[in-house]
Amino acid sequence: MASLPLWVGMLPFGVVIGVLSAAKGLSFAETALMTSLVFAGSAQLVALELWADPAPVLAATIAALVVNLRMAPMGAALAPWLDRLRGWKLWGSLATLVDHSFAMAIAEQRAGGRDAGYLLGNGLGIWVSWVVTVMAGHLGGGLLQVPPGHPLFFAAIAAFLSILVPLWRGARVDALPWLVAGLVALAAHRAGWPVPLPLLLGTFAGAGLGAWIELRGRGAPGWKP
Amino acid sequence: MELRPDVLLAILGMALVTYACRAGGYAVLRAVRPPPFVQALLRHLPGCLFVAYVTPPLLAGGAPVWAGAVVVVVVQIAVRNIGAAILAGVAVTWGLHAALGLGG
Repeated sequence: MASLPLWVGMLPFGVVIGVLSAAKGLSFAETALMTSLVFAGSAQLVALELWADPAPVLAATIAALVVNLRMAPMGAALAPWLDRLRGWKLWGSLATLVDHSFAMAIAEQRAGGRDAGYLLGNGLGIWVSWVVTVMAGHLGGGLLQVPPGHPLFFAAIAAFLSILVPLWRGARVDALPWLVAGLVALAAHRAGWPVPLPLLLGTFAGAGLGAWIELRGRGAPGWKP
Repeated sequence: MELRPDVLLAILGMALVTYACRAGGYAVLRAVRPPPFVQALLRHLPGCLFVAYVTPPLLAGGAPVWAGAVVVVVVQIAVRNIGAAILAGVAVTWGLHAALGLGG
């Protein structure tokens, strides 16, 4: 299976989410449900970060929306494959779409691959291993009773830092938007604004600036997914 | 097997918007070309999102967290494996945390 080395690399990420779910007081069943239905590591991580009792329904939903908006262009980019699927295969393929399976599918598509089942196969493989790792993390975290503020939770920041590395497209494109995103999030956070407002404001301030610079710089660019 | 109604509601809310992003992108963006500004905005979204997420806790973190952050980025550039980068970063942060007598 082509996704094998990949889900070995995702192991610590899943374990962290499981441990964090246990630390935030989510039961085994609740963690299993969130992981299998939402199936989006970054969104789960951000939502867990702002988790409280009673559950922050609106904040968690908004956080998931903001974090996962990035997946919208992925489906459009894979349209040449997806157009050949019908019914549950089409909507099931879309349900298992994640950054990793997208990256692999795009690479396969560019290499001339014509098998649309590649996306669903990889997606399902990642889904199964993801749910298993998170649940293992939840069991381990429940046993160890990891206290809040433990250095283990640096793993959440580490996960996003490592995701950022391949996203960097060079200083000319990304330096200013990223700087503004960080500063605005920091200012909103220091001002004591409730989560996920700092994340929301930082993200759209940075991305808005980036888009504005791009359009001003070279007229209207074409759609490059 | 505890399943509280408020937690269930939050999970369903997250699942719903997440699936809307996945499927909606295909269903809508392939039929309708969004204005260039929206397209550019979507391209910039992931990077800005993760930067906005990590900045406040990074600055509040102190020396062990800063050292761990550098290690994560260096390992990710070197081996291109998220798992390895996370493990190396946590090990350094945890080690420094213990060495500096901060507990853990």
